[in-house]
Amino acid sequence: MNRKLKDVFVGKLSFLIAVFSGFIVFIIAFVLFQKSIPILELIPINQLFLSSIWLPSQGHFGFYPFVIGTVYVTGLAMALAIPICILTAIYLAEYAPKKVRGAILPLVDLLAGIPSVVNGLWGVLFIVPLIRDHIAPIVGVSTTGYSLLAGGIVLAIMVAPIIISVSEEVFRTVPFEMADASLALGATKWQTTKYVVLRKAMPGVIAAVVLGFSRAFGETMAVLMVLGNVAKVPLSLFDPAYTLPALIANNYGEIMSIPLYDSALLFAALVLLVVVVFFNALARIVLLRIERRST
Amino acid sequence: MDKRKLEEHFFKCLMLLSTSIVVGSLLVVFVVVILKGAPALSIAMLTQTPKGGYYLGKEGGILNAIAGSLILASGATLLAFLLSFMVIIYLHGYAGKSRFADFIRLSLDVLWGVPSIVLGAFIFIIMFYIRARASLFWGIITIGILELPILTRAMDEVMKMTPSKLIEASYSLGSTRLETLVNVTARQALPGILTAILLAFGRGIGDAASVLFTAGYTDSIPSSLFDPVATLPLAIFFQLGTPIVEVQQRAYASGIVLLFLVLSLSLLSRFAMRKFTNYIIK
Repeated sequence: MNRKLKDVFVGKLSFLIAVFSGFIVFIIAFVLFQKSIPILELIPINQLFLSSIWLPSQGHFGFYPFVIGTVYVTGLAMALAIPICILTAIYLAEYAPKKVRGAILPLVDLLAGIPSVVNGLWGVLFIVPLIRDHIAPIVGVSTTGYSLLAGGIVLAIMVAPIIISVSEEVFRTVPFEMADASLALGATKWQTTKYVVLRKAMPGVIAAVVLGFSRAFGETMAVLMVLGNVAKVPLSLFDPAYTLPALIANNYGEIMSIPLYDSALLFAALVLLVVVVFFNALARIVLLRIERRST
Repeated sequence: MDKRKLEEHFFKCLMLLSTSIVVGSLLVVFVVVILKGAPALSIAMLTQTPKGGYYLGKEGGILNAIAGSLILASGATLLAFLLSFMVIIYLHGYAGKSRFADFIRLSLDVLWGVPSIVLGAFIFIIMFYIRARASLFWGIITIGILELPILTRAMDEVMKMTPSKLIEASYSLGSTRLETLVNVTARQALPGILTAILLAFGRGIGDAASVLFTAGYTDSIPSSLFDPVATLPLAIFFQLGTPIVEVQQRAYASGIVLLFLVLSLSLLSRFAMRKFTNYIIK
């Protein structure tokens, strides 16, 4: 009887903890929403997004430069990362000899494990001077190097492991028979990859890209360290920018000293959460479907 | 040469180029951090806490941050492990193939993606409501939640691979669900569980944005759960932010320490996987 009791007890307890962990995301969203209400009641939501005036002490909360900064730097990172990562994933899944694949995949994992502060540090030490002393002079602009471009490059390297490892796995779920049929009809390896494997794997590849995107969208420290943090809409790749996560990280100290400031920053956190949760859930559902079909 | 062959070669070259860029950037990260940091790295840096005037370039080290990060990440990993093991027990022992189990998995995947700055802000609000100060305790809670989905989903995947015949054999001998889980499934998944723990520990050590709000920063090693605690990533961040060159150099050196910690955890997890896989029934 004792054993059975224990079994039932642990069952109930584990159920409660499972429920709790399943609802953490909702609890976070609810709390952030509650804290955002004061600012949403005072300032219409479109004005929050479209105004460029950021003067918290005078009650002006315009998120436009931060939203644009976040979108630009994420977009740039994705533009840099997507082609390179997908080509790498195709190489690893379709072309690479087993040994090469076995050597490179752990390196990709290692890259995924590098803390964002170290990525930022590396950006400050290498990318920022590179842009200031070598890239910008070629184009004929002068810049401190702390710029949209620096943020984009650092972020691209941070999202690369996610896109590579997820899409590589997706490529490998494409049935051999399909590729073999194409090869038997006389198609080259690349034609097979392009017309069969890539087409079949497309939803999964998009999901991988979306996962990378949402990682980049919420990334804080590395971006904070190399982006320059100027609350103005950047006009070129060499201008500094400011992102929503960096805004939160830089200002939490004064959060309680100015009225509505906390509400404004937590609204920013809510925006980040909503965007990231939406894209993440979408990508996960697509990947789950693929996984189900392949097993 | 015909056009198709040309295309084949062209794309193969592009792929090789892309792969080299990815691997190359990993190497560049390591080389840059090590070359820049090595000159400032010393025994004193690893074994001393900051002395007076440390942030002006005087004597001291970052032992506070190294110890702080290890304590914080250990506590958080323990917390996350206890919670996630319960979730795993529920998912594998009791939930079966229910829709609710799918929902929990999806929700944890989504939680995995939540930016750590948002998590930090969330815990910060709770701390504000109950008027708590930033401390080791809140740092552990924050990083614990950060690690929870990583641990749960990683353990979930390895537990799924347990052969169903093994589980049925255990049931047929009269074991309860709990006994089967702990003695058969979990033991079978042990290498994967160890890997997951090390992976989560590494993530916990490396995260900065969430503890910025919640764990505080201090020059001493915490002596109780409610003392603030310094962490390695924040040590790097703060030292880099000072205008003094010597202190900035120490930030580079701290970067080596953090990179080395994360790297050794990653190697250790690979080793654990290989070593303990020998004891598994295939």
